[in-house]
Amino acid sequence: MLFTSFYSPASHWTPELVFIANPVKHVLKLLSLLVVISALWIGLLQASIIPQSHTWLLPIYFIVSLGCYGLFMVGVGLMRFPTCPQEALLLQQDIAEAKDFLKQKGVDVGSN
Amino acid sequence: MDVAKNKYSIIVPTYNERLNIALIVYLIFKHLRDVDFEIIVVDDGSPDGTQEVVKQLQNLYGEDRILLRPRAKKLGLGTAYIHGLKHASGNFVVIMDADLSHHPKYLPNFIKKQLETGASIVTGTRYVTGGGVHGWNLMRKLTSRGANVLAQTLLWPGVSDLTGSFRLYKKSVLEDVISCCVSKGYVFQMEMIVRASRKGYHIEEVPITFVDRVFGSSKLGGSEIVEYLKGLVYLMITT
Repeated sequence: MLFTSFYSPASHWTPELVFIANPVKHVLKLLSLLVVISALWIGLLQASIIPQSHTWLLPIYFIVSLGCYGLFMVGVGLMRFPTCPQEALLLQQDIAEAKDFLKQKGVDVGSN
Repeated sequence: MDVAKNKYSIIVPTYNERLNIALIVYLIFKHLRDVDFEIIVVDDGSPDGTQEVVKQLQNLYGEDRILLRPRAKKLGLGTAYIHGLKHASGNFVVIMDADLSHHPKYLPNFIKKQLETGASIVTGTRYVTGGGVHGWNLMRKLTSRGANVLAQTLLWPGVSDLTGSFRLYKKSVLEDVISCCVSKGYVFQMEMIVRASRKGYHIEEVPITFVDRVFGSSKLGGSEIVEYLKGLVYLMITT
């Protein structure tokens, strides 16, 4: 769909339309973020504000912290996972009510 | 938007749901009084007599309120929605499961949220306060939460529940989004909402409760996890 538009006669394609119709793919956004972070890291290496031995380890610290953050979010989410045991009961009541009504009206509500 | 002129087409794909479809239809009628709606049942040739039950429901509620639009055999969820869409006469479309894991009592909340915010899509989320899940053991909750954190980190989707399939769409928006989606199964639901988010559609969420009716389901084996990861990578690259 996007491709047919791209290769059709370009007379109606203004630069703004092209931008809106072909947005940046998400993986490219992530990669450009990675490039920016890498550039900062290389900048730090060259500028030697922090001792080089530490700077070399920064990517590892970054990845490990990302992993820890992820695990932390999973743990928190798991602890706070919303449950609704009362809903099962309410559902049973609804099912009974529905079956009664439908049976009266001649709809077959025998179980599967 | 003039409330009196809105019509909601509720698409319910079914396969072997002869009891649940009757219960769901009753509950929809119970909770949607004073709303103009139709229920479109897309049955994939169920051998258990689901279509016969739907016909009885049509006698009870009217053939203009319950549309039976069956297909010859099991053809998948995405195509079921597309098939249902062709017969939808409303300006809004609701998609929901037929097994009562989605409770019709939330339908007024979806409608109200859309009217309040003018959103193009209102999606039900199980993972916020006010929502919830019943019937999942610890392992299932863990995989769900892990999958969600991974998807949030990698995709920045803008919604809290990616695999949920209880949603209200403006009909034109559903038609637009569904035409670009190619995945199957629950990755399809993820693809729909991520593509809609990327296209800039206004998406709102309402909390819903989800009672898992399939007890002891082995829905999350190793192959499902691989499918999910492949789905994530696919969505990262193509959206």
